[in-house]
Amino acid sequence: MASIALSSDPFASKTLPISSSSYCIQLGTSRISARALITGRIEQTHLRLSTELRRNQGFTLKASMGPPGLTEQLNNSKLDTLAEAEDECDIFNDLKDRFLSFKKNKYMKNPEQFESLAKAQEPKFMVIACADSRVCPSNVLGFQPGETFTIRNIANLVPPFVRGPTETNAALEFAVNTLQVENIFVIGHSCCGGIRALMSMQDDASASFIKNWVVIGKNARIKTEAAASNLSFDEQCSHCEKESINHSLLNLLTYPWIEQKVANGELMIHGGYYNFIDCSFEKWTLDYRGTKVDGNGRIATKNKAFWC
Amino acid sequence: MAKHSPDQLAIEELKKLIREKEELNESADTKIEDVIAELQLQGCHPTPETAEQRIIDGFTYFKIHNFDKNPDLYKELAKGQSPKFLIFACSDSRVSPTTILNFQPGEAFMVRNIANMVPPFNQLRYSGVGAAIEYAILELKVPNILIIGHSRCGGIARLMSHPEDDSPSFEFIDDWVKIGLPAKIKVLKEHASCDSLEQRTLCEKESVNNSLVNLHTYPFVDEQIRSKGLGLFGVYYDFVNGEFKLWKYESHVTKHISIPHCH
Repeated sequence: MASIALSSDPFASKTLPISSSSYCIQLGTSRISARALITGRIEQTHLRLSTELRRNQGFTLKASMGPPGLTEQLNNSKLDTLAEAEDECDIFNDLKDRFLSFKKNKYMKNPEQFESLAKAQEPKFMVIACADSRVCPSNVLGFQPGETFTIRNIANLVPPFVRGPTETNAALEFAVNTLQVENIFVIGHSCCGGIRALMSMQDDASASFIKNWVVIGKNARIKTEAAASNLSFDEQCSHCEKESINHSLLNLLTYPWIEQKVANGELMIHGGYYNFIDCSFEKWTLDYRGTKVDGNGRIATKNKAFWC
Repeated sequence: MAKHSPDQLAIEELKKLIREKEELNESADTKIEDVIAELQLQGCHPTPETAEQRIIDGFTYFKIHNFDKNPDLYKELAKGQSPKFLIFACSDSRVSPTTILNFQPGEAFMVRNIANMVPPFNQLRYSGVGAAIEYAILELKVPNILIIGHSRCGGIARLMSHPEDDSPSFEFIDDWVKIGLPAKIKVLKEHASCDSLEQRTLCEKESVNNSLVNLHTYPFVDEQIRSKGLGLFGVYYDFVNGEFKLWKYESHVTKHISIPHCH
């Protein structure tokens, strides 16, 4: 018989004992658990924006978990439970420290900003980026709270209107019609696993989620194979990464309410490509006048820029 | 050339000083970088500038202060990623997990959609979310999944108010948010006496639980929970009251009891 239980009631009262398996951290009050005070020293390292220090903090946390050698004294089953509890504790501590760092460096320093954001958001941008851990637009392009309404999916794909409802076009509908963003950015990147899967896909019977999703980019693959068949597979993938961005831009125009706004200048559509091997960024804007959506679809672009 | 903000003017002046006074040593450089970092941190007001200028500024800052300063990290990341978290967060501009949880590149594989929802297993209807889970769990072997809900969620507000408010339907939004219907039904039943704002807040949290339950319908997730101890966590970020809740989702199968035969 299976029973499903939550390890603690998330609606419970705000003051929780430190040993419980959930944390509630309040901003702007002095009710911070004792453990947070111990990690105050670790917090100092968050004041400098440095990844190296960020990684060191992980090691410091591990050392503070308990006296070394303790686990060796326990028998197997206890060891497993302890390891599991330690892992859980590690996660809780890790996330807690991260939030406290944000609180100290951003939230507490901009109270009016966050108060205004709490009432409403008015982002000027909508960004469609890949779920890849290396390409978050908040890191790479420094977007701050309130600036961009963001979708992240595998291979930053925009499905066409005819495919029917998906999470991506639900977000498009909200951003364009309700929030009325002024710019849509589709941002692709180097070494994209989703594009690689698209390029390696075979027409066999085996179904998978990834296949059913990346097939949206099928036309980009066809164009790539036509233009770049003499290149190595890796180079073809790179080519397809960019081709797919353009294909997604064309797919954006298959939505009547998007096309209308682009046609009368209320909305601009841009493509971007982040290469994390040489740290470069390319950007271009869709030129609506010169673009053909029907048939094979041919995109015209303008305002190209490359930064490295 | 775009007009300079006071911050940019200050930076330009500082740079000029360094060029002129050659005896300024490295410590001055570091101090100036710290000042720039401080100014950037305060930059929750983007100055009114073109989209292009905004992107250039953001990318330049990232390149100088993050990428170029951590060559070893980025060399490793160029080869591959092994993030510790798979995160589902809302597309809302105010709740980027990278910002509120200080994630650096390589740490979190992130899916963002309206109301941070995970639909139940359906290879045709919901291939987008399924593809992300499949890739994260089977390819990247991510050990933890976090679903992050938040206050004032527009998607949840829509779920709670439509179609009872007789508003015209949104073709795509309404189809998507109905994934959260079990959460809505539960809140309306258990908290019928609460006002609509309270019910919305409760639903924001209940919807996270609903999505955590839906994760279990993916066979590879279920399998990883049993064999590799994949951890499932719920998070609620309340930017109105300044609160952050975090909980773990657990399910377990009890030992069976045997009912003996009667002769």
